[in-house]
Amino acid sequence: MADRDPVVVLDAVTVRYGAAAALQDVTTSFAAGAVGLLGPNGAGKSTLLKALLGLVVPTHGRMRVLGFDVAAAPLQVRARVGYMPENDAYIPGLNAVSFVAYCGRLAGLPRVDAMRRAHEVLFYVGLGEARYRNIETYSTGMKQRIKLAQALVHDPDLLFLDEPTNGMDPKGRDEMLELVRDLARRKGVNVIVSSHLLPDVELTCEAVIVMDKGRIATEGSIDGLKQPRGRLFELRVKGSHDPEAFIRRLRAAGLECHATDEDLMRVFVPGEGGGREIFAIAAAEGVQVRHLRPSVPTLEDVFARAVGEP
Amino acid sequence: MSPIHDQGYRRYPGERSPHGRAWAVIAAAGLRGFFRRREFLGLLLVSLFPFFVRVVQIYAAANLPQAAFLRPSPEMFRDFLRQQDIFVFFIAVYVGSGLIANDRRANALQLYLSKPLTRAEYVFGKLAILLAFLLLVTWVPATVLLLVQIVFAGNFTFVADHLYLLPAITLSSLVQALTVSVSMLALSSLSNSSRYVGILFAGLVFFSQALYGVLYAVTRDTSWSWMSFSANVSQIMALIFRMPSPYATPWPVSLGVMVGVIAAAVLVLERRVRGVEVVA
Repeated sequence: MADRDPVVVLDAVTVRYGAAAALQDVTTSFAAGAVGLLGPNGAGKSTLLKALLGLVVPTHGRMRVLGFDVAAAPLQVRARVGYMPENDAYIPGLNAVSFVAYCGRLAGLPRVDAMRRAHEVLFYVGLGEARYRNIETYSTGMKQRIKLAQALVHDPDLLFLDEPTNGMDPKGRDEMLELVRDLARRKGVNVIVSSHLLPDVELTCEAVIVMDKGRIATEGSIDGLKQPRGRLFELRVKGSHDPEAFIRRLRAAGLECHATDEDLMRVFVPGEGGGREIFAIAAAEGVQVRHLRPSVPTLEDVFARAVGEP
Repeated sequence: MSPIHDQGYRRYPGERSPHGRAWAVIAAAGLRGFFRRREFLGLLLVSLFPFFVRVVQIYAAANLPQAAFLRPSPEMFRDFLRQQDIFVFFIAVYVGSGLIANDRRANALQLYLSKPLTRAEYVFGKLAILLAFLLLVTWVPATVLLLVQIVFAGNFTFVADHLYLLPAITLSSLVQALTVSVSMLALSSLSNSSRYVGILFAGLVFFSQALYGVLYAVTRDTSWSWMSFSANVSQIMALIFRMPSPYATPWPVSLGVMVGVIAAAVLVLERRVRGVEVVA
């Protein structure tokens, strides 16, 4: 496989839990490197990762991971993939180094190599000093790190990280994101970061796939998606008894508007349009524009546009 | 200057074992884990007490003319295995109740099944742990007793006269250990609490025996024995040891019940051992 070939390819994949469709006809591919999988809770991100591991069987569609067909060769896929689940997960009764070494053994590493790798990855994720402690005594942040360690011990070519900063304090979160960046950029490990936290994805990934209600809402490189196809303004208004009416009016005029605060909003004017259009609508609605500043699109704007968030 | 963690992670260039051996890793880790527990070693030691009593019996029968009435018979080996029932029960509860329940409590199933191993390998690895310990208190001492008999008697006459004994010991130990192990593993997959699983297993064993006891007391008919877990094991064991049936239930019925129990347990395991729990 060439270096820049997609590491994951999905072709019309549908996953159903009973009557509910968790993934609906998803066709996409994940490029090599670090790719973010964004979406609100319930968008189908975790289901997609579990389907790629063969833990969930799609009712329709085909998936390839690192060139292997997931349905035909799930063990080959899992041998080359590391999975960090969203929830706390550990093997009871073991200390960290035994747990990680055990995971290495399960992945096919010889006993001595598994133990050596366990020590290495525990130091790498910052648990070197706590590696002989029982995992059940670990804090939430340490449990996140041990989950990363067990996903890394067998040296996967592709890492699935499901909400890697879940429950971490700011310092721990920064360190976790730095580890993810390091793995993707300097250690040559392909990474898929599933998160509902936009800054996490923006900090670690070059590309993003946004999911909503089991479908792909948008995808592409983060820089490309943030390229304005119009102009974005940050706007603060005063004077209207019903700010919602003003927002509705902006939308009716074809402008995308996302309220970020009570009187602060971000307004996207498509095409070559500018502030005049906003002033005109404000005047018609009897609203005073107190602040209008050109802004730079963020991933949050991309996300909000993709999933249609107000 | 490079960050410290650059020195902590390297790509792995070494060998990996082929798929299909993870069950042995699970089994070995489980066996080691239990052998490290002092209270479990104590239980194993206590479970060998009947074995030592039988060794003394065989020694006395071989060396003391006054104790000739104690000489070993095929019934002695069958009785020894029946005596071990209580230890089979305690070891099944101690070892088996948490085998899957603890993994469910700690969300470990998704970790196991995200590695290159199948669900069948996971179940087989867990099954091997309980099976090994149950055979350690049934098949191993019974077989050693047979060897002890040869050593103390100084000849192969007894074994030659009862050539079916070693296969009978092996088969009946396997039947008992397999039925108990698979049932316990299925129960363990039903809950996140090993304590609850232990109570459930005890309840099933004692309830089925009590139900049979009540029906027998009312009807004076042993053909209700198919309701009792342990009575079915006794019935099959008697068949294997070529002895009269202790109950009126035809042996195919007892065998059918045991096969049914195993089939139901396998079905439960198939549904419960999954990387993702789907609540429809």
